[in-house]
Amino acid sequence: MKDIGQVHNPYQDDKVIDACSLFGAMNTSGRRFSGEDITRAIANMHDRSNGLGGGFAIYGLYPEYADLYAFHIMYLSQEGKTQTEAFLKTKFSIAYDEQMPIRTAARVASPPLIWRYFMDASHHKPEDRSEEDYAIDCVMEINTRLEGAFVFSSGKNMGVFKGVGYPEEIADYFCLERYQGYLWTAHGRFPTNTPGWWGGAHPFGILDWTVVHNGEISSYGINRRYLEQFGYQCTMQTDTEVIAYAIDLLVRKHGLPVEIAARVLAAPLWDDIERLPAGEQELLRTLRQVYGSLLLNGPFTVIIAHQGEMIGLTDRIRLRPLTVGTKGDMLYLSSEESAIRLVCPDVGKTWIPVGGEPVVGRLGAPLQPESVAASGSDATLLEEGQ
Amino acid sequence: MKIRVETNDHTARIDATGLRYRELNTVLKEIVSDGIRKVAVHGVCGQRYLGTGLGRPAEIELFGTPGNDLGAFMDGPRIIVHGNAQDGCGNTMNSGEIIIHGHAGDIAGLSARGGKIFIREDVGYRAGIHMKEYQDKKPVVVVGGTAQDFLGEYMAGGILILLGLNLNDGEYHKAKFIGTGMHGGVIYLKGNVNEYQLGKEVGIAPLEDSDRQVLQKFTGEFAAHFGYEAEELLRHEFIKLYPRWLRPYGKLYAY
Repeated sequence: MKDIGQVHNPYQDDKVIDACSLFGAMNTSGRRFSGEDITRAIANMHDRSNGLGGGFAIYGLYPEYADLYAFHIMYLSQEGKTQTEAFLKTKFSIAYDEQMPIRTAARVASPPLIWRYFMDASHHKPEDRSEEDYAIDCVMEINTRLEGAFVFSSGKNMGVFKGVGYPEEIADYFCLERYQGYLWTAHGRFPTNTPGWWGGAHPFGILDWTVVHNGEISSYGINRRYLEQFGYQCTMQTDTEVIAYAIDLLVRKHGLPVEIAARVLAAPLWDDIERLPAGEQELLRTLRQVYGSLLLNGPFTVIIAHQGEMIGLTDRIRLRPLTVGTKGDMLYLSSEESAIRLVCPDVGKTWIPVGGEPVVGRLGAPLQPESVAASGSDATLLEEGQ
Repeated sequence: MKIRVETNDHTARIDATGLRYRELNTVLKEIVSDGIRKVAVHGVCGQRYLGTGLGRPAEIELFGTPGNDLGAFMDGPRIIVHGNAQDGCGNTMNSGEIIIHGHAGDIAGLSARGGKIFIREDVGYRAGIHMKEYQDKKPVVVVGGTAQDFLGEYMAGGILILLGLNLNDGEYHKAKFIGTGMHGGVIYLKGNVNEYQLGKEVGIAPLEDSDRQVLQKFTGEFAAHFGYEAEELLRHEFIKLYPRWLRPYGKLYAY
């Protein structure tokens, strides 16, 4: 175990000024690239985190098992592994499993045993349950009922890698330079209200949704209770977890477009709604009424990702930073512009999006750089979304 | 770590590639206290607090993207950024100048108590938040483009000028909550705003002669830094935003 004081305050400063660091990179043409640049970019923001959490999500990661659920599971005990594997065998057909490849020389604190499983659910799920809901049921069952076992990645053709350490240390530990993906998100953690443990590092995910987050979700209690009604159980001791479940509920289960879901999570202020045309007013009022319990209150910047999309979103009054950069078919989202320029020195355009306005990169869709000027933009997204 | 510094008379050139902020700031402090008056720093990429703690006047040119809190607590030097600035530039600055040939992120000029910041393009959220002034100390922030929300939030002193050069004729600024909580200082704004975009503590007034003199001086400096014609900048109408109360909450606890 590292001396945490030495890690997060090596100069014995009176006050350690940190924040979280976020970085996302997506090739909207689907070209896959390695983790080296992402690691360099997030490491450039080293001083935003304090060594108590780092992590990555990678999409297009397992093309050889693209149709299978890829579960990444951390075990705090051998007993947990035995129980979990017995459970998995009754619920899935396991095509392949292995211990997560790691670099044992890497500097990380108290790593748990981490294992990955590639599994088919189609022959096991009940007829009246969708495959996705069935997979979520199994994740919730393991995370709430089985001692010392946590599923922290449960999508197809994607994966989450995370733990306690600086993000560059986590990348080293999991040998991320060997992996390829067309969409990467990364996080450096500065834990504020909850412990720095392996399950508490970002990204948080369910199915192929992942979230990295800088900020605090003050509405966590309300959001959590609402999501519990739909079978989502919060087990990771960190507010960010609710965002992953909320977006799964809104987009996958309720079929809302991402742009509309963003209006639920970061609902426009009532005063702003009153100045909009009647139709938009009605839509936004309805969203606030129906999904009031999913409003994310408090300061946040998040990068939400799933297969084919990367979304940057901040709270309505932009209490946490986000910078966007584009070059050709590459989209970058970052807490700091310097990290983008480090890995893309000739980035075409960088800008600071407006609070509450999602920035969306889509596979196969050209980027939309000009519509969101640094100075602000009208609420035109809804018109486009309709 | 060996740091690449080339010096020549009173000038120096530093290659900051891969340097941590502590290393870079230490080198800057050393060479400025050794009498160097002009420094060019290349390969700047996210290093924080550049320009802090330099006890002497010096001109520092930065090539790249400096990190957060550029010129924090700065007292005297002039920093020229060939690129964009990140968040918090000029944090609690006391004197000196920051000239940015690009845009600046959030909270530019926060808590500044003196000095000048010139930004060629836009600023992010909360530019000029809680700037203050005392006697001859009066911070000035001039923004060539437009601003995001909460411009001049809790402003307690100083001068904020928004030139709106990237707005089309008749186009409105989009910032909302301008001057929310403002209780000192002044904002001069070119380009239109709706009443609802202003904080409730802010009043609108036409310019007086003394205002025009202030504008002339600082837009003149802005024009000189970025190659504009000063008269061209002053051709359009400005409005003046001022705090309606100097102590908005003075009676909050008096009953």
